Amino acid sequence: MSYASVLGGHRYRFDTLARLLAAASPERSGDRLAGLAAASAQERVAARWALAEVPLTDFLAEPLIPYESDDVTRLILDTHDPVAFAPVASMTVGGFREWLLSPGADAETLAAVSPGLTPEMVAAVSKLMGNADLVAVARKVRVVTAFRSTIGLPGRLATRLQPNHPTDDPAGVAAALLDGLLLGSGDAVIGINPATDSPKAVRDLLELLDGVIQRYAIPTQSCVLCHVTTSVELMAKGAPVDLVFQSIAGTQAANASFGVTPGLLDEAYEAALALDRGTAGRNVMYFETGQGSALSAGAHHGVDQQTVEARAYALARRYDPLLVNTVVGFIGPEYLYDGRQILRAALEDHFCGKLLGLPMGLDICYTNHADADDDDIATMLTMLGVAGASFVICTPGGDDIMLNYQSASYHDALYLREVLGLRPAPEFEAWLDSIGLLDERGGIREVTSHPLTAIGKELAA
Amino acid sequence: MSEVTVQAGEFGGAAAVPASDLWSALRRRTQARIGLGRAGSALPTRHRLELQAAHAAARDAVHSPFAPDVIAAGLPGTPTVRVRSAAADRLTYLQRPDLGRRLDPVDRAHLPTGDWDVVFVVADGLSSRAVHEHAAAVVRATTARLGDWRIAPVVLAEQARVALGDDVAAAMDTAMVVVLIGERPGMSAADSLGAYLTYGPKPGVTTDADRNCLSNIRPPLGLSYEGAAGKLAGLMGRARELGRTGVELKDDHDQEEAPGVDPERPEGLTRG
Repeated sequence: MSYASVLGGHRYRFDTLARLLAAASPERSGDRLAGLAAASAQERVAARWALAEVPLTDFLAEPLIPYESDDVTRLILDTHDPVAFAPVASMTVGGFREWLLSPGADAETLAAVSPGLTPEMVAAVSKLMGNADLVAVARKVRVVTAFRSTIGLPGRLATRLQPNHPTDDPAGVAAALLDGLLLGSGDAVIGINPATDSPKAVRDLLELLDGVIQRYAIPTQSCVLCHVTTSVELMAKGAPVDLVFQSIAGTQAANASFGVTPGLLDEAYEAALALDRGTAGRNVMYFETGQGSALSAGAHHGVDQQTVEARAYALARRYDPLLVNTVVGFIGPEYLYDGRQILRAALEDHFCGKLLGLPMGLDICYTNHADADDDDIATMLTMLGVAGASFVICTPGGDDIMLNYQSASYHDALYLREVLGLRPAPEFEAWLDSIGLLDERGGIREVTSHPLTAIGKELAA
Repeated sequence: MSEVTVQAGEFGGAAAVPASDLWSALRRRTQARIGLGRAGSALPTRHRLELQAAHAAARDAVHSPFAPDVIAAGLPGTPTVRVRSAAADRLTYLQRPDLGRRLDPVDRAHLPTGDWDVVFVVADGLSSRAVHEHAAAVVRATTARLGDWRIAPVVLAEQARVALGDDVAAAMDTAMVVVLIGERPGMSAADSLGAYLTYGPKPGVTTDADRNCLSNIRPPLGLSYEGAAGKLAGLMGRARELGRTGVELKDDHDQEEAPGVDPERPEGLTRG
């Protein structure tokens, strides 16, 4: 089927739904690199006019990537819930936008419709939405998950404490861990990107983190971010794995470039559930995604960067994850050029993920060759905080010395909680209070000495 | 009117930290910016400015113009050739990696051909500063170890990615190419040089898996010139014997690898 609209005396024609979606996408360097972007500003708006008239049912009838050749497409269509879809089944994309923004689309209604929505539908509607629309709708959606802490409750913001070290030195990791805990961070997860994927290195870090969590009875979970096959191997050998991590993408071919299949994820999911290490809940998976990964793997099938990203969320929701985050500015300026493009992508990813029922968090970040700085981090944090992000990733001083990129800092999370009146996950908040780190207003007390410093003292000796 | 001069601080080192003994001790175990203290919820002024200084150094490294004269001056007696990629300017270079991997057609036509074993390509990559400071010394130290090798004129390439070396080698008809390139600047290292060795490169076909890489050449904090030259010359010799580079060619010269960052590989979703 082809789509067309007339704007400014010109008739614009789009041969396929994929072409239409790509042309309607806000300007970004990745779509230009892929040769998918609108050729002009007017063509972009013309595409949006045409997209607004597309019935949502078209997305079920015309898969962007063929059913036969892509297991993500099969998953999307095979798990589509027509009963949940019924309330919006007669809508166009433009009508769907207005419905999402209406008071009738409240938290309960959105949660009920979610299994009837496909990634392509939510990506499409996001292209008709302004940044404020993306905030307003995402803010209404609530996705609550739990392992040892509960993530996503109203009025709460959790953080991933990320104590990376370029050589996985235990004392270096412990020092950064202590720093984060004393700044009230770590309720979403204490998560390390290890320097190598070797099972021994991963296990050493898992045991270090598990030891600290147990010794201080911290109501949180650890994760050492390794390939899913490494986690499966380690679980079989009795390593203390809380969450199984994996990077995923929106096409079968892109997932193949990560060495991932749904079968592998199924196996890991079952193994992690069987360990039964959660106390507050049984969400055991942690996924990372990010716009540009399918393009960089040469696996985007002519689908625009944002739509293919939303398709990754369909794979994620199969596993009821505790956490999902987009590493939004991480891949570089050839995908998202500057702070403006990164902010837009962050809001889109958060909106799409939440609407599809995921506990969305963000690594609000940039590389030093992108045109962005710490003011962009502050802007993104504030907007995503208002939009109700489940968690953000935090690094010491916002500078990750292992991955060489800039992210939010523990201080940034304190700022966000302070200005928006947000609190940590309830179990973690109670723990902070029990060890004397919570002040009378619910903020994090600034301490110069504290029993927790024993974490660092032994290792630094 | 009086003038006040401030000594702008560099982050790191226990001496710069007025915090407790504990943080001083912990800082010796990591370069992470820990124990920064607070101004309300925010960073103290000093640490905020230190972060901005580090970011500014990284940004300036990305955007500093490439100065081939600096490299040529560091290679007295060595013939050099200057080329540009198909990316016309920095903005295009950053957004279009495909263009940075191809030679400008006019420049390609001007490249000499000859009976050479290897060509060295010095490419600006994401940090001109890194190549200005380190590339000539690495070329000198490496060629000094190559004895009877027939070495092509050194190609100085602007707005260039690693794979531009494939195009250069094809145009000059050399079987092996060494690309010395400025790595993506981090906040703690804006001048890190990478070296990529490729045997039998084919433009558009050769992938990163077909190359051997040394990263973080950056004395005194990273790999030294002599250390890099030793590894590189060793790898080149074995590549010539094997007739290939890449995953099958292991670096057994020295097991101690300095950690570094591949300047090109998108790491977003494989960072775990």
